[in-house]
Amino acid sequence: MFKQRAQILGVHAILIAYCALAIGPILLVVMNSFKARKAIFGAPLAPPNTDTFSLVGYAKVFSASHVGTYFMNSLIVTLVSMGLVLLFGAMAAWALTEYRFRGSTALALFLSIGIMVPIRLGSVAIVTMMRKAGLNDTLTALILVYIAQGLPLSIFILSEFVQQIPKDLRDAARCDGVPETRIFFEVIAPLLRPAIATVAVFTIVPIWNDLWFPLILTSSDSTHTITLGVQQFLGQYITDWNSVLAALSMAILPVVAIYVIFSRQLISGLTAGAVK
Amino acid sequence: MAGLHIKAINKSYGSAHVLSDINLAIDDREFLVLVGPSGCGKSTLLRMIAGLDAPTSGDIFIGNRLVNALAPAERKIAMVFQSYALYPHMDVRKNMTFGLKFTGVEPAEREKRVAEAARMLRLEELLQRYPRDLSGGQRQRVAIGRAIVREPDVFLFDEPLSNLDAALRVSTRVEIARLHRLLGATMVYVTHDQIEAMTLADRIVVMNKGRIEQVGKPLELYYTPAKLFVAGFIGSPAMNFFPAEVERVDGANARATGATIAPVTLPAGSLTPGSKLTIGVRPEHLAAGATGAFSTTGVVELVERLGEASYAHVRRADDKLMVVETRGRDTPALGQTVTFSAPAEDIHVFDEAGHRL
Repeated sequence: MFKQRAQILGVHAILIAYCALAIGPILLVVMNSFKARKAIFGAPLAPPNTDTFSLVGYAKVFSASHVGTYFMNSLIVTLVSMGLVLLFGAMAAWALTEYRFRGSTALALFLSIGIMVPIRLGSVAIVTMMRKAGLNDTLTALILVYIAQGLPLSIFILSEFVQQIPKDLRDAARCDGVPETRIFFEVIAPLLRPAIATVAVFTIVPIWNDLWFPLILTSSDSTHTITLGVQQFLGQYITDWNSVLAALSMAILPVVAIYVIFSRQLISGLTAGAVK
Repeated sequence: MAGLHIKAINKSYGSAHVLSDINLAIDDREFLVLVGPSGCGKSTLLRMIAGLDAPTSGDIFIGNRLVNALAPAERKIAMVFQSYALYPHMDVRKNMTFGLKFTGVEPAEREKRVAEAARMLRLEELLQRYPRDLSGGQRQRVAIGRAIVREPDVFLFDEPLSNLDAALRVSTRVEIARLHRLLGATMVYVTHDQIEAMTLADRIVVMNKGRIEQVGKPLELYYTPAKLFVAGFIGSPAMNFFPAEVERVDGANARATGATIAPVTLPAGSLTPGSKLTIGVRPEHLAAGATGAFSTTGVVELVERLGEASYAHVRRADDKLMVVETRGRDTPALGQTVTFSAPAEDIHVFDEAGHRL
């Protein structure tokens, strides 16, 4: 009895410590974004009070620079990449588990290599390639790279889920005369929804937070993403901490929003009643 | 509606032969049941008729059309699966109409067919419900409804009752028999349950290890099984088998003896002295007493009382068990040595290769 309680306490202590470690810095950023510059340096760990509260960071971010454009770019890149990763990922997962064709095993293997080899290793080649294709400094370049980055893991995860869908459903649809593409979109895809939500979360977070590819692939204000845009507040000699913290706080919001939307979908049990 | 012809079908996966040289003619409006132990190839054969699997060689005709190269939907078949395979994200009505969209059935006609099928299967109240809100029996009725609205030439059933509980199985079985009469459709039905096979079938196909053992009417299989396997498979409890050997042949009669049986006189036929035989007798044909042509003796070890009948498990001279069915209130006493006998017309004789003599 005592031992059990101690165990539970121990587990909770570890979890609470981990949460504090994870949430602490974020809380610090959000808290300090609402403080005057002097207060940020004077008492960085204190929450804003009536004396130190200030929206100057947000005001600067909104008035100055292209923050709106950056946000828009980030949103476009993230959502379009996510949509295409999910679409192609689910289709590839279905095709690779469902159809046996010449080279299907080799193709599956090739795609899974992408999980192990980080795409950044190919940065130089990617930059040259985009330049030759005339895509440098475009959002299309970013989207293409992110699709390549997200696809391997999404195919891997979705394949597992596709295998769990009873084969009888596909057979029933074939007997019903449903064309193969409609079987995928109207029978299989709806059943993959919980899996797709999981993959969506896995896909968007690294894309939204990525600094590397916007840095090497975009060069003008009109194509910067928010993570790259924030960097202009960080100078070699002076850093506008108010603006940096305000922009970062705002950059967190969309990811949180998308997570909340999809986490509802994570509830599975959709297949209940399909087969006994 | 149409009959079905299966000609010289073979199926192998690498070196494993799943089906060997299957030939079968199914009449229009016939209810044919494929029965056999699991792994005998009966489901594979059904899936080939449906077009979900392709045979390695051989032809399948539905009506007069060669359907080898046709997709399932073009074959005018409808299949009911053991797992029901209802679309979980569609309500009952949508489940039934979903396939019709793609086969060019007008919306008004779809509604008419659904209404008709729902009436036939008593599903009217359930049309707005989702599969997850239905019981097993209701789901199976929806699955059957989905097959009916397609108005197929041939209905295919793949162990449709296996997931239902005992009471529901009986009522759904009756339902399927009624539908067969009502629709006048050709039906091919796969099961491992011989009671379903016996009760539903016009003809039964008994399969074993990828081959057809025997095709016949239910009572033919019961009274004149052509092979040892069929004799053991059809009938419950299973037939008792006794090893025997021909001792001598006198004109038209042969005398056979065995360790577990009293000497028995058989029609000589092609028997020669020394031929090894297997004699089969069903539990329900054995009765206490030594008056029949065939008799055997053993010690009663266990009695199962079912009410209308009791099954006595009797230890024979060769230490194997045989089963004897008795009717009425009197059951053999445990531990007693009893002689059981059967009349000549109820004994089945098989040669060494397992063929009926």
